[in-house]
Parts: sequence; C-alpha cells; structure tokens
Amino acid sequence: MRYLPLTPEDRADMLGVIGAGSIDELFVDVPAVARRSEPVDLPHHAGEIEVERELLRLSRRNRSAAEGPFFVGAGAYRHHVPATVDHIIQRSEFLTSYTPYQPEIAQGTLQVLFEFQSQVAALTGMDVANASLYDGSTATAEAVMMAQRVTRKNKAVLSGGVHPQYVGAVETLAHAAGVTTQRLPAAIDAEDAVIAAIDADTACVVVQTPNVFGTATDVTKIAEAAHAAGALLIVVTTEAVSYGLLKSPGAMGADIAVAEGQSIGNGLNFGGPYVGLFACREKFVRQAPGRLCGETVDADGKRGFVLTLSTREQHIRRDKATSNICTNSGLCALAFSIHMSLLGEQGLRQLASLNHQKALATAKALAAIPGVEILTPRFFNEFAVRLPKDAAEVVETLAAQGVIAGVPYSRLEPGAGLDDVLLVATTETTLDTDITFFAKLLAGAVQ
Amino acid sequence: MSMNNVGRPTRPEAANEEAEGFASLSGGRGLLQDEPLIFELGGWSKTGVDLPDAVAADSALAGLTRDDAIGLPGLSEPEAVRHYVRLSQKNHAIDLALYPLGSCTMKHNPRLNEKMARLPGLSDIHPLQPQSTVQGAIELMDRLAHWLKTLTGMPAVALSPKAGAHGELCGLLAIRAAHEANGQGHRKTVLAPTSAHGTNPATAAFCGYTVVEIAQTDDGRVDLADLEAKLGDHVAAIMVTNPNTCGLFERDVVEIARLTHAAGAYFYCDGANFNAIVGRVRPGDLGVDAMHINLHKTFSTPHGGGGPGAGPVVLSEALAPFAPTPWVVHDEGGYKLIEEAEGVAAQAFGRMSAFHGQMGMYVRAYAYMLSHGADGLKQVAEDAVLNANYIKARLSDLMSPAFPEGPCMHEALFDDAWLEDTGVTTLDFAKAMIDEGFHPMTMYFPLVVHGAMLIEPTETESKAELDRFIEALRLLAGAAKAGETDRFKNAPHLAPLKRLDETQAARKPKLKWKPVAAAPLAAE
Repeated sequence: MRYLPLTPEDRADMLGVIGAGSIDELFVDVPAVARRSEPVDLPHHAGEIEVERELLRLSRRNRSAAEGPFFVGAGAYRHHVPATVDHIIQRSEFLTSYTPYQPEIAQGTLQVLFEFQSQVAALTGMDVANASLYDGSTATAEAVMMAQRVTRKNKAVLSGGVHPQYVGAVETLAHAAGVTTQRLPAAIDAEDAVIAAIDADTACVVVQTPNVFGTATDVTKIAEAAHAAGALLIVVTTEAVSYGLLKSPGAMGADIAVAEGQSIGNGLNFGGPYVGLFACREKFVRQAPGRLCGETVDADGKRGFVLTLSTREQHIRRDKATSNICTNSGLCALAFSIHMSLLGEQGLRQLASLNHQKALATAKALAAIPGVEILTPRFFNEFAVRLPKDAAEVVETLAAQGVIAGVPYSRLEPGAGLDDVLLVATTETTLDTDITFFAKLLAGAVQ
Repeated sequence: MSMNNVGRPTRPEAANEEAEGFASLSGGRGLLQDEPLIFELGGWSKTGVDLPDAVAADSALAGLTRDDAIGLPGLSEPEAVRHYVRLSQKNHAIDLALYPLGSCTMKHNPRLNEKMARLPGLSDIHPLQPQSTVQGAIELMDRLAHWLKTLTGMPAVALSPKAGAHGELCGLLAIRAAHEANGQGHRKTVLAPTSAHGTNPATAAFCGYTVVEIAQTDDGRVDLADLEAKLGDHVAAIMVTNPNTCGLFERDVVEIARLTHAAGAYFYCDGANFNAIVGRVRPGDLGVDAMHINLHKTFSTPHGGGGPGAGPVVLSEALAPFAPTPWVVHDEGGYKLIEEAEGVAAQAFGRMSAFHGQMGMYVRAYAYMLSHGADGLKQVAEDAVLNANYIKARLSDLMSPAFPEGPCMHEALFDDAWLEDTGVTTLDFAKAMIDEGFHPMTMYFPLVVHGAMLIEPTETESKAELDRFIEALRLLAGAAKAGETDRFKNAPHLAPLKRLDETQAARKPKLKWKPVAAAPLAAE
C-alpha cells in the first residue's frame, strides 16, 4: 500500500520492542462485540490508475462551467483565477501545515493571515477583519450570534433580499441559540423595508447588497434606523468582486460586514470549500468569532505575527467561548489573498467594471426578447428576469441545448410565488458570443 | 512609483545577533530573508493581471459607486510568486518531517487527491446548476456516504458540516430535534468528560445546553459510577471521544451506551480520533447515535494551515430523520439532492450552510478511500496504533507516560513528572523540539494530565523517521536532566523567529496593516 511505509519486518521488530505478540494485543481494550478481524464489506485497495479511472468517470457526468455559456450565480461565481494562485497554494509548506499554534515555525501562514485581514478590512471598509470563517452563510449566522452578545437582545430581522439558503443557515444557528428571526417576504428591491420591522428588542438587521436578486442598495438609512434602536447593522455580500465598484459596507454604516469570498481566488467546487469574510468595528472585536492574527515582536525585537485574543475561543474558554469554531478556511483565505495581491486596487476595479459591463450587455440582449422583463433596477453583475414561463423548465430546456441559463429563484425558495423569476449572472469569463447565443435560445424557449 | 516602505522593519543588528557573532552586511540570514508585507512591497497602481478594458456603458449605479481609495496594494506576477514562496519557507509542514500533534492526525496528504479534486468536471461545477447536469457529482456524494456508513456501521450520514466543530453542532441539533419530536424537549443537560476537546462544551453551550462534567478514573477512562449518577431525565446527550483524548480506548463504551440509552439520552461520539480504529472497529457496533468524522484527519485531506476541513456526521436510525438538508437520494431517474425540509426530509432540522458542503474535500477523501480500500484502511488503524505504542515503549524509560499500564491507541500521552526539578517546562521542551527539526507535540492537552505532551505519529511515518524522532527526544530529555536549561528556556534558537510576545499582541491588538500617519495613502 503506497501510503504506508512500514514493512512486515518493521512491524515485527516494533511489536518486539513493545513486547506485544501481535497487533491484536494492542486492540485489547476494544469490547469483544466490536472486534473485527476481517475488513469491512468494501472494495480492496486500488492503484492510481484505477482511482483515476473512477474519478474521471464521475467527473465526465458533469457539465463544467468552462464548456459553454454559463450564467449561474446566486452566491457562487465563476471567475478566472490566475495560474499562480493554484501553484502557490499547493506548496507543501502551505498545503500540509496545521493551524499556526507554534508561531516560530508558522510565520508564513501567519503573515498571510495578517495580510488577508488587512485586505478584507480595506475591501469592506471596516476597522478589523478575522482570519476567515467557513463560508459566507455561516459567517452571516455567526454575525447574528455576535449581535446577540453585543446588544444582549434576541431578535434578528432579515430583509427579503437575503439569499434564502443564508437565511436557512442563520435560522438553524439562531434556533439553537434562542434567537428569534423575522425574515421579510422575498422582495427584489426592498432592503429598506427592514426599517419598519426594527423595534426595541431588535439585536440586528441583516441586509444584503447586492442582494440575491442582484439589487445594489445604499443602506445608510437602514444603519441610522438600526443604530437609533440600539441594533447592529449586518451587511451581507455574496459577490466579493462587487467591492471593487460599489460603496463599502463600512462607508454605509455597517457594524458587521460578512461576505462569501469564493469569487476571489477560489473555484466553484460544487459549493465548497469556500471562504467566509468577517469584518467589524474595532469596539466589537472581543466579541468576534473565529481566529484573529495580530502583530507582535519576538525575543529579539523582530516583527512577527501570532494568533491572538484567543481567550474568546473554545480551546481556552470551553463552554463560555464566543463560538465553537476551531478551524478557519486557511487555504481558501490564502488563495483569496494571493489573487487579491495580483489584482491590486487597479486590477480589482477593472475586474469589477468588466463584470458590470457584461451584465449590462446581457440585460440589454435579454430585454429585447418579447415577454422577458428585467426586474432588478440597479445591479452589479447579476440580475433577475421575469419569464413568461416557469423558469426551472426554461433552464432545463436551455441546458439541453448547451446553455446554463441561471438559477430559477424557485430552487432557492419554492414557496415564494416567484416561479417565473430567473437569476442571471455574468462575469469577466462571459463571452459576447455566449450572450448572443443565450438570447437566441431564450427567445426560442419562451415563444 | 512604489507606494511606501514606511514601517518596514530594517533591523540588521537584531537580525544578526545570533549566528555565532557572524553578521551579513545587508541584515539578512543567508537564504532566509525577512519578508515585508504586501503593503510595503506593492504599489497602488501595480497589478499582476492583464484584463481587457471594460467598455463604457450606461449604468444605473450612480450614487452607489466607490470613489475613494480602497487601499489595496498590487504586485506583479514575479513579485507575488517570490513573496509567497519566501513566506512558505517560514512554515513547518508534514512534507518536511514528522508532525506529532496529538488529536490532529497530521498524516501524509496524497497528491493524487489534489489532482482528482482539480478535474474540471469536479471543480468547475456550480452548486446551483441543474441537477441533470451534475449527476456525477451527486453520485460521488452518494458513494462517499456509502463508504462512511459502511466503515462506521451507521445507517445515515449528513455530509454538509464544514469542519469537526460544525459536525458536533449538526449532531447535537439532530439530538435536540429528536428530543423535541418525542416530547423530551425538557432535557437540557449534556454530559462530557473533563478530558473533552474544548469544542464539545462550546458546542453544547451554544445549543443552549448546560454542560456537566463526568469524572475520569485513574486509568484515564470515563468513570461509570459517576456517569450513572449524573444521568437522568434531564440529560439530553453525552459527548464522549473514543478513542479518548488520553489516547485510550473507552473499554466500557458498550456499557456507557447502554446506560445512556436506558436514561433516554443519546450518545454523541467525538470522532476526532477515528483514525485509530478505522476499518477495524465500527462505532455503530458500540451503540453510538451520532459521530462526526474529520475528513481532514482520518481521510487525509490537507489541513491547509488551518482549514478548510470537512465534518460529515453519521447518525443512528433514531436520529436519521432529523439530518439537515441537503439529502442525496437515488432512484431509477438518477441521483437527486433534496434541498428543502419536505417530503422524505420533512423532519430535517434545517440546513448547516448554503449549498451542499465541502465537495472539494469529498473528492479528496473518496480518492483516498478508493486507494486504501477496506484492507488498506484496516492497516491504517493498525499502523497508527503500532507507531504510537512504539514511541511510548521507546521513551518510557526517560519520560513519564501518563498511563503506563496497557497499550495506547494512536497517540502516546506523557505528563511532566519526569521534568520535575529540571527547571524545564513542557512548553520549553516542546519549543526545543523545533531546534531539532520537529513540530512540537500537542501541549497541555488533555487538561486532566499535568503538563501533558500528546504525541500522535500517524501511520504514514516510516520506522526510520520514528527512530530519528525518538533519538531527538531522547537527546533532549537527556539534556533537560543534565541541567542544560539554557537550551530550553530560550528555544527555539534556530527557527525563523525567536519566541514571540503573545502578551503584547493581546494587550494592544494590531490586527491589520496601517499606513504610518505621515505617509500619503495613494502616493505616486
């Protein structure tokens, strides 16, 4: 077996040193009822050739995004990732190291985390950012829990523009922690509606921009209303590239900004692993979840980095911890940080503009189809359209013709009465010919 | 053109104090250079990507756009590559040497897994594209589920939790949902041993449970009498790690399960140490109701400097109906993801996150399972346990094993009794290991053992590497007993940095780069 270095002679020698007659003697504490001498009922070992054959078989039963026109977004976006990113994250020292608990021999990972935190704080316009969480949805849920700790109130109000699967993740955690959630009905352009739902018991309001329908909103007024009631404003973003074009959450008064960072540096990967961005105002940092990396000096006075404020965390505080989180999304955060360093401010702004222009061009082409209506008034790289037919059926029809048209909203929230709404996303990878072909097929499908 | 280098530390005198009086002229240490931050290296107008120009078009975003500087430095591609490669050289890694972190299972990460996870048909697919276009991906999830269920002897698995702690949360939420469905919602207590991972009480508290500790016997196991005394109608679940955090198999585990079930509670098993028994013992045969499996431990997906992980949870018949969405189902029409709590999943307690979990980790774990097979996985457990017992046997004359009697499982636990009167602490000893080329073992955990040193070699170490490690520890132990305290007190001497001031970091947290006040932010 190629991953096991011990030879039969090694094993015999080692058992001799231990003073055991057989390997079974080392498993003597296992109750007789559970002892197995034979392997379980699964195939036996296989070589690289056989394993590759099986995985290739499975991979070929999927239609990858690069194969043709692809307009799927709703929280995960297909962007071009520079080849450098994947090369660096496969370096042994990044790929095969553990959480940097021994800072003297983990400065590579720690400096990357410090740079990542600095980048995320700049992007979100917030004071501080953590070293990442699992993904955007769990980051949103953690933000709600943090608002409960900060305000000591137990109600969260979510706008009708928050991604329904994010709502699901929040509700799961909120229910566990005794926080009441009030989610407003799905609405394309009504983030402001949360204002009316704020009351004295409200710990936080959660709004998304651009929201799940693609609508970008200035949330400044919501921030004012939330603060007037002693509540925190949590701003969710599922498309991190939008930070390159749109006002930052911090500039609009957010107390906590969370985002899905997948768009930068990370592939689609069928939904994970991704990287949750989490940033907040400095005064709340001791209530923040997850790992934080901070600057310090070593015994010689040289600059170095360590994990810090860990008295918030489970391995120290146990049942009084701010969160049970034990990992971040280290390698995905590294990929994010490398890609962002390559982009720089100028590259990010250009990337964001390109994404926006592709969406404008796509919307223009689709709006020309009789019976198709663009619903999103102000969008970045994704928008909702109303079709004269069931959107899920149209998506299947076009998929059979080679175009993945987008996400039918009904897939995210079946009961919302929006079965005719399709979410369409574009990125810099969208070709002009993709747009033309999509519009042509859609015109045929909705006739 | 470069932005500013203010704040970049240039301290040649500090950098060279060590090295036996020799100092380089420029302040570096040979090939190991101080590496500035990207904010000190990069330029505001520099970029390492070539993108086409955006064509101007009418936009409705007036008043919403970001017109002020963001504050992001850019690097050209060669500068970026050099920056990150230099940083990487400051890290220790499993590919460099044995990495004996107890409870973390730092085993070899096969590169075949990485190659498979990058197949376009598995990596470049979207979680929300039509299910008819991702049948292979859903089938892979179904295959992975089958392997996990068969290896654990459990009837159901929730794949979506994103890490071990997320899996614990998933398991406890299933337990809570089951109690509520059965009119047992009044049960508000979770029992866990003092030796438990910190995530156990943190998770239980998060779910609104009061955590009560179970005592431990002198031989490092759950105290059955204490457990029995604390069980009752108020107890929702017990959380027990098996093999436990002392590296020992809970030999009364079947009785623990029986007592727990008799009291109407569920048995949550922390599966962090599944590597010790995979392919040899099925937790389902022990009476477990829920157990998370860290794919990044037992099934070799890389730790990546702190994630991403994956923590699927296997569930008993009693808990299966409450598993979170999505569910994978299979019929003559093909594979399907049930994404809403309806139909067969009507009792699902909710969802753990958006989408379907850590697919990239599923691919790696599945490739690993296929490579080992049922026979190879059994050998994994046996070699992991053999290696740990070999280390224990060869160090017991110099160091003090916490539980000398009987075999350990996949990790060897020592206390600090043998360091008494040497002036050397567990921390000092661990830091001195760095100078010998090894990552320290897990220190001061579990909490029940004084000055604990928990060594987990894993099955992917050769006998030669084990011997090299053992020899290094024996030399260090000898030095500690011979009174060479300077070797330990200031260790590490040979790492990229000396010991870091963690107190200062926490007292005045500096969590991001800030421009020095006088420096222009957008200098050109």
